[in-house]
Amino acid sequence: MESGIFHTTYESDMALRRTPIMRWRIILAVAFTVIFPFIGNSYTLTLADQIGIAAIGAIGLNILTGFTGQISLGQGGFMAIGAYTAGVLTTMVGMPWWLTIPIACVVTALVGAFFGIPSLRLKGLYLAIATLAAQQIIQWAIVRSPLGTDALVVPPIKVFGQSLNRLRIGSFGGIDFWFYWVIYFFLALTILFAVNLFRTKIGRAFIAIRDQDIAAEVMGVNLFRYKLMSFATSSFIVGLSGALLAQYRGIVNYERFTIDASIFYLAVIIIGGLGSVSGSVYGAIFMVLLPATLSNLGQSLSGSVPGLARLIPFVQQAVFGITIILFLILEPEGLAKIWRDIKDYFRLWPFSY
Amino acid sequence: MDKFIQLTLTGLTNGAIFALVALGFVLIYKASDVINFAQGDFLLVGAYITYGMIVQVGLPWSVSVLLAIVAAVVLGVVVERLFLRPMIGEPIISVIMVTIGLSSLLRSIVTSIWGTIGRQFPAFLPSQPLNIAGAVVPADRFIAIGMAVVLLIVFTLFFRYSREGIAMRATADDQQAALSMGISVKRIFAIAWSIAAVTAALAGIIVANITELSFFAISAIGLHVFPVVILGGLDSIPGAIIGGLIIGLLESYVGGYTPSTLALRTVFPFIVLIIILMIKPYGLFGEIRIERV
Repeated sequence: MESGIFHTTYESDMALRRTPIMRWRIILAVAFTVIFPFIGNSYTLTLADQIGIAAIGAIGLNILTGFTGQISLGQGGFMAIGAYTAGVLTTMVGMPWWLTIPIACVVTALVGAFFGIPSLRLKGLYLAIATLAAQQIIQWAIVRSPLGTDALVVPPIKVFGQSLNRLRIGSFGGIDFWFYWVIYFFLALTILFAVNLFRTKIGRAFIAIRDQDIAAEVMGVNLFRYKLMSFATSSFIVGLSGALLAQYRGIVNYERFTIDASIFYLAVIIIGGLGSVSGSVYGAIFMVLLPATLSNLGQSLSGSVPGLARLIPFVQQAVFGITIILFLILEPEGLAKIWRDIKDYFRLWPFSY
Repeated sequence: MDKFIQLTLTGLTNGAIFALVALGFVLIYKASDVINFAQGDFLLVGAYITYGMIVQVGLPWSVSVLLAIVAAVVLGVVVERLFLRPMIGEPIISVIMVTIGLSSLLRSIVTSIWGTIGRQFPAFLPSQPLNIAGAVVPADRFIAIGMAVVLLIVFTLFFRYSREGIAMRATADDQQAALSMGISVKRIFAIAWSIAAVTAALAGIIVANITELSFFAISAIGLHVFPVVILGGLDSIPGAIIGGLIIGLLESYVGGYTPSTLALRTVFPFIVLIIILMIKPYGLFGEIRIERV
């Protein structure tokens, strides 16, 4: 499959997609992403939008936890900062929606870097607990601020003076359709950024810190500086996903950003694959579709099995827990590894190795 | 002054409960280097099984508590065998996530049976008010403190004098050396998890007794343990006890003396946590670990 390919220039050897089949795969994926909104209905589009936002958030967390090895339980808090910044700027300052997104990213990056300061002295479990404290403190600060526990309603996005909800082209339209393009545009940017980040000096420094921080320091990596950079970069992207969520949903509620959100994103990157950008995307797809599938299954069966509808939320939660445990026990490297194994199988076929 | 005494007593009660929960937490960490995010859910299991046995089955409370303890022992052993043993030698994040997954699983089981609505717990501890130095405190709080103190003394003696307790300390100190002395480390892990589950279950029963059977309030205690164990040091049993009392008292005073609209009570332990981590990362009594490449 991959034989007969000879790289004659450094550029072709170092390219992200080195073989024709890799290029074909990416073209297929992009083509599918572009065609999807025209073949999907509003329900599948909603799911696709959720997947996109979750994938951006997961890539952000993966940069910090998967690539730099700093376990963060503060993801929900950082997303909340992004979402509330975007929401407040839109409602109270009256900024256009597209301007609130980059500002929300920068604000979240600053907050993330601030809560990354303890990482100078802490690592592993202790850092995880410190980020847990960050999560609780951010949540408390939001609830006790003038924003309070009420949901913040963000006015619908207007393009050319018309609300995006009503803008239609032919039979296509609605917030899910239009926001699909916004979300997947940012997802594409995020993926490109993240994939290339780990080909640069900074990204390599992150990986060195993850693998053995003392050794990295001995080799001249300034630990504090790079750890803070990792926190800031990761939070920037997490803030992006929070801001997109705020603009897309049109409502910001702190209950969406509790410790459960942090746990959800950790589960996404564990199941997708720690330290893998594509894994973050696979994980997001899996973790958004799993509860939706369970709920659909439950609904279709509820006619024949009475009382099943009541059990769906519990089943979802139980399956969430069991999935995490099974992945960790059976395939700790996640979906990315499974995909790699499949590719290896076909590459070597008909030989076993 | 009576407000101060009132707050002190409330703080000591909560502190004793925190100490109990933290004790199990520290035990697991000492024995197997696992941070157990499901500790709060062990409280739920203990409290709800007791509730179910008393109210729904109609057993006397003593039998119900005993059954809850037996269930906790079984739960501890099963959890260790099925979920944690495959995780030996895995990175920290995997171990954390396994306990988080376990927490999700236990919660879904408890809520699918009993729901999340608060219930009146059939309090079996006497609750007539006692008047102490001007402060009125229900008697069950003292019983709660007393039970916590007794349990803590029992466990301290267990670690000091019993064969299993000494083996556990040896394992905590150095697993390989313990193995070569003929100690079954697997058995020690199972015992650690059972004891942790039992202390947590008892703490859950006490909490349900002095307040009510509230799903959210009880499961929140699991998160409250983190400031306690960080303050005391993750691997120190006296640290868990003292940390528990300090956090309980601080929380009570902060709640009592600052305006209640701020709700500083809930977040204060976490602010303390960050400060401790910045000044003394290994806590008051934790063992400082030196890392080498």
